[in-house]
Amino acid sequence: MSEPAIPEVTWTRKDLLGIAELSPDEIALILDTAERFQEVAQRPIKKVPTLRGKTVLNLFFEPSTRTRSSFELAEKRLSADSLNFSGSGSALSKGESLIDTAANLQAMAPDLVIIRHQHPGVPHLLAKRLESGVINAGDGAHEHPTQALLDAFTIRQRKGRLEGLAVTIVGDIEHSRVVRSNIHLLRKMGARVTVAGPRTMMPVGIEKLGVRAVYDLDEALTDADVVMMLRVQLERHGRSLFPSTREYFQLFGLTHERLERAKPDAIVMHPGPMNRGVEIASAVADDAEISVILEQVANGVAVRMAVLYLLLQAQQGEG
Amino acid sequence: MSAEHSSREAAREAHQEAGPNRIIRGGRVVDPSQDLDATLDVLIEDGRVARLAEHIEGGDGIAETEASGLVVTPGLIDMHVHLREPGEEYKETVETGLRSAAAGGFTAVACMANTQPVNDHRAVTELIMTQGKRHPYARVYPIGAITKGLAGKELAEVGDMVDAGVVAISDDGLPVMNAGLMRRALLYAQHYGVPLIQHAEDLDVTGDGVMNEGEWSTRLGLPGIPGVAEDVMIARDLVLADDTAGRYHVAHIATARSVAMVREAKGRGVPVTCEVTPHHLLLTDEAVAKSGFSTSYKMKPPLRSQSEVDALIEGLCDGTIDAIASDHAPHHPDSKDVQFSTAAFGILGLETTVSLCLDRLVGGGILELPKLVQLLSTGPASVLGVEGGSLAPGSVADVTLLDLEREVTVRVDSFSSKSRNTPFDGWRLRGAAVGTLLGGKPISVG
Repeated sequence: MSEPAIPEVTWTRKDLLGIAELSPDEIALILDTAERFQEVAQRPIKKVPTLRGKTVLNLFFEPSTRTRSSFELAEKRLSADSLNFSGSGSALSKGESLIDTAANLQAMAPDLVIIRHQHPGVPHLLAKRLESGVINAGDGAHEHPTQALLDAFTIRQRKGRLEGLAVTIVGDIEHSRVVRSNIHLLRKMGARVTVAGPRTMMPVGIEKLGVRAVYDLDEALTDADVVMMLRVQLERHGRSLFPSTREYFQLFGLTHERLERAKPDAIVMHPGPMNRGVEIASAVADDAEISVILEQVANGVAVRMAVLYLLLQAQQGEG
Repeated sequence: MSAEHSSREAAREAHQEAGPNRIIRGGRVVDPSQDLDATLDVLIEDGRVARLAEHIEGGDGIAETEASGLVVTPGLIDMHVHLREPGEEYKETVETGLRSAAAGGFTAVACMANTQPVNDHRAVTELIMTQGKRHPYARVYPIGAITKGLAGKELAEVGDMVDAGVVAISDDGLPVMNAGLMRRALLYAQHYGVPLIQHAEDLDVTGDGVMNEGEWSTRLGLPGIPGVAEDVMIARDLVLADDTAGRYHVAHIATARSVAMVREAKGRGVPVTCEVTPHHLLLTDEAVAKSGFSTSYKMKPPLRSQSEVDALIEGLCDGTIDAIASDHAPHHPDSKDVQFSTAAFGILGLETTVSLCLDRLVGGGILELPKLVQLLSTGPASVLGVEGGSLAPGSVADVTLLDLEREVTVRVDSFSSKSRNTPFDGWRLRGAAVGTLLGGKPISVG
């Protein structure tokens, strides 16, 4: 079986911790690489030997179905050996310090560690202590770089470009890592970004990230090319950020009617899991004409294959 | 003087065992209490300053300390430190804390009550005082708790603790959230002549915040602590201080609005004072991002933005702020070498404060040297109502010697403190404390 042709690799980073530190060229490289890997999913035997003999640890301190299975699938399709640790039933939930966890992981000599953690900066802490590469699979409300990459991949697939597009992101902006990574990526690639949600979910100084913040859904949707809806939670750490899901849906829930303000060919995205009837009407979520939510999931595997491949190639480059 | 105060005085006198008579010769004496900045000899007799003059004749039995090229100031006082003893001796002890103080140029510290057990009754106060006498590198002034167990519910035995030696009361680390209790505490403390020091923070506004709320918390996805968490508490407290005429001192002030409110209240004659830390003057919240989530930049109040820093400096210069205090907060690596969100709040300060202030504030042209001495010595002595803060004849001979030209590099590994949590490791600074005298006796940290 032949391996897919890959563009000339110029990736040199040991880790993928966030989008904030990436250059537009690096982002483009990942997206281009993912395109080649997407072809693997079309094959009858969806597996290439690219990463045979490489060990990848999936370390999920926080529950995750979508991201974890996407990484696992990407690892399997590249023939890497995977090992899963999840939050419950492991040392991860037994109060072991992160430094000890890092030391133990290091002793297993993995090639890559994929980490999801509820606290911002944990992947960075591990990356400083591990010789292996580290991929941030979501750290608190900080970053979720592979999600932003798969979102960009999906947008590019549908729209043919990122530059010049108007992207609107709606929901709990403050507590979303997806938003931060998407803002960084979309701004670097020349898209315009509008964020919208109740004032209680809008973080201070968000405009400093180069986005427009609005508090009215109709205004936010006007002339948008892409509408990204975020999962909202009524309560965060015991504090209610809006009065009721009913009121939230009235003010910020996406319906066909409200979507009329967007461009006629606008697409709707959601990083999942969705709260139907809270942030998005089922009719919109299930409308195959405009909703690309399942394409996002499919593209996630290709994008993660690309990231795994690039990071491990970089390691080999170093000898 | 009341009976309570006499035993407090007696305890202090026993503390200072006078050395031989001594002349500190040829230094630049900077003493804001006398508006003095001149090259003078200082004669010390029986542990007290006897005379200042251009030339004082030496003689048999008079020791000499050569100070030409140095600055001679009243002993520096850090009015806000945590010594961790009793209960958390793995972080710091009274001994190591006082060594650290002396190494940093301080002749006295006031230590907060959040020990284990809490300094909310005489036995703990006496333990700290006893340890201070046993390790006389610097004076230790215990601060008693406002409420039992720092629980914010019932007043601690303030009168008995003042008799045992506490110089102020504070629940530092925690605010007094209950306004009714705060009012009673201000009334109660008044009778004993001690200030109430508030860690001003409305915990409901803070929520689960771990750094300043602003652009950088937004970028990092870390829960923010809004500046108003401090402001709303100070606003409330200033009303209570005005109403009760109770002496109210704001610990580690850190926002522009708080400084403005204190300035305004002072103007109206409200009995309020406040202190600021070096780190809040020199660092901003951007450091959390630039350092890649380093927990050396995690403390309460959090490092704020440049506009808040500018307001703090304005408050320093116009006299709104009465003291610079380090909030020396030793922590073990086990509680600092972890993810930012769950790391302990606080950093060391005793061995960096003087050089940071000399280099960045005086060297940086922000403050004149006498003003800095005011903030590090005369000011805190006045807030706490303790002796020191002056080299006027009759004053206790606690002295700090500064070398304004000495180049130092902060080396955390050479700290006298037991702990290592500082963001200033490796900083190169010009100006340092080069010695202290306590009751006229030169202190050797060893």
